[in-house]
Amino acid sequence: MTARLEISAPGALCTVQDLGRHGWRRFGVPRAGALDSGLLRMANRLAGNAEAAPALEFFLAGPRLLALDGPVRLAFAGHFTLTLHRGGERTVLPSWRSLTLQPGDAVQVGQPSSGRVGYVAATGLVVAPVLGSASTYTRARLGGVGGRALAAGDRLEVAAVAASSTAAPAERVLRQPPPAAGDAPIRVVAGPQDDHFDAAAMALFLGASYRVSAEADRMGLRLDGPALQHRPDKGAEIVSDATLPGSVQVPGNGLPIVLLADGQTAGGYPKIATVASADLARLACAAVGSTLRFARVTVAEAEALARAHEAGITSHLAAIEPLTLVDGIDTAALYASNLISAMVNAVAPPG
Amino acid sequence: MAAQPDVARPTGAPRLLDAGDGALTIEFGSAISAALVAAVAALEQALDAARARGQLAGVVETVPTFRSLTVLYDPLRTSRAVLDPQLLALLGQAPVQQARLPRRWRLPVCYDSGFGADLADVASATGLPPDEVVRLHAGTTFTVYMLGFMPGFPFMGDLPAVLAMPRRTAPRVRVPAGSVAITGQLSAIYPWESPGGWQLLGRCPVPLFQAAAARPVLLAPGDQVSFAPVTARHHAELDTALRAGELLPDSFQLPP
Repeated sequence: MTARLEISAPGALCTVQDLGRHGWRRFGVPRAGALDSGLLRMANRLAGNAEAAPALEFFLAGPRLLALDGPVRLAFAGHFTLTLHRGGERTVLPSWRSLTLQPGDAVQVGQPSSGRVGYVAATGLVVAPVLGSASTYTRARLGGVGGRALAAGDRLEVAAVAASSTAAPAERVLRQPPPAAGDAPIRVVAGPQDDHFDAAAMALFLGASYRVSAEADRMGLRLDGPALQHRPDKGAEIVSDATLPGSVQVPGNGLPIVLLADGQTAGGYPKIATVASADLARLACAAVGSTLRFARVTVAEAEALARAHEAGITSHLAAIEPLTLVDGIDTAALYASNLISAMVNAVAPPG
Repeated sequence: MAAQPDVARPTGAPRLLDAGDGALTIEFGSAISAALVAAVAALEQALDAARARGQLAGVVETVPTFRSLTVLYDPLRTSRAVLDPQLLALLGQAPVQQARLPRRWRLPVCYDSGFGADLADVASATGLPPDEVVRLHAGTTFTVYMLGFMPGFPFMGDLPAVLAMPRRTAPRVRVPAGSVAITGQLSAIYPWESPGGWQLLGRCPVPLFQAAAARPVLLAPGDQVSFAPVTARHHAELDTALRAGELLPDSFQLPP
């Protein structure tokens, strides 16, 4: 049995993403995929999906979602709240849990309080893979729904969860979620074109504070801050070579651009550094206007950070547990959310 | 994004450049040249063969460019300490050059002014009549040096030196899909509508990237491409037939 999830309102740049498209960079196809793959995996685990399943990624303003035809279980990862609309009642709930919508229920996903990105998984979400991945890459209209961001009225097919109205759905929760992103420096490995910069420019890059400009999307982030001078004998352009998610390009104006999941596969600007994979999600999800600093590590240190980062994600995945429920709603979370009056009606049996 | 190269280094002394904890770039030089492209291809062949033998565990994919091979790896499965010696050993081997005959293509291009928005500018900048610009461009047999920038976008060279043009000072916000363009010693075809700063000479109706096709990418590094000028009417007919699936992109491949 299937049900459908309708996008009543898409919020900001809501797309289907998974862990990305691998093996196609040589043809100019970027990886795409979740900007924060750890959060996508947690959302999927909360929903009871395979970790690598497709899910919805959104920026700043969350989508409004409606269950049609059958119960739809959603799960939410990221620091935001959600508002369940059931009958005439509104119930505000925290994220980091699953929640089963009955047909006609809607949920409004709130704005992340930390960073700019959140994830909504749906149990049994069906999205056809393109070149091995369901990830949306809008520039070439690959993946997702028609290769584009989701729009109001889009309906996604999902597996309906247990249809019985009396049996409590098996919701899951992550009680100790990852902390909100702090302001620790973003670790980088120098290169591959650090030889286009002298010691003073490198020291400036590592010592200065940069601000995430408004030009920040899934392709990359432009940073505002001190301009970095290229060595005059090397210049501000190179014969194109490969770029990666995390490449820190420095174009002629000296202001760094960090490429992200949808970033182009080759480029002609010198790359002063590459962001350590352990810190790339934190940078990719940094809010516009936030400030950050870089800190240099060696390749071996960055590899060790990657292993530690993965161990952290794995421990969060392992901590996901069943949620005790009253009528599908976690009462402890409700009391904590200080919305007792809304809850009273929400948990009362329907007339 | 290719620009004028800095001083080209001789081949034979490749450098391993750090590219974070999931990749490294093996750089053969810093110019656009057939010799460097061949060196990159030879290393990639050797690396593919090693992977086929079960070596280089943890290598995820490779990206060849004009002058370098970038090797992506999974830092949870391997490390530079493990990979570097294996890659250096591969570099030390004499490259086994397969005598693969390059595929050859002759792609239709309409050079009419409606499609070649910069043809007049290129003609006046080079001092050549527009017909001569078209004749030189269409008469060149280009080699696909690399794909990149966007899915299926071929960087092809070499354009006759007389047609070398800088990029437009004001890049276009929208370059139409299929635009045939030049800059420096290179020519390309935009597979998708996108922003772009290259000089537009014409329009090619043959799709370069079709995700649903058995072989999604038409051109591959090493392929040879020349162009057949067609009228606007013929371009429209070809476009219709290609979109309808009555004509296959592969039909523009020449016999070996």
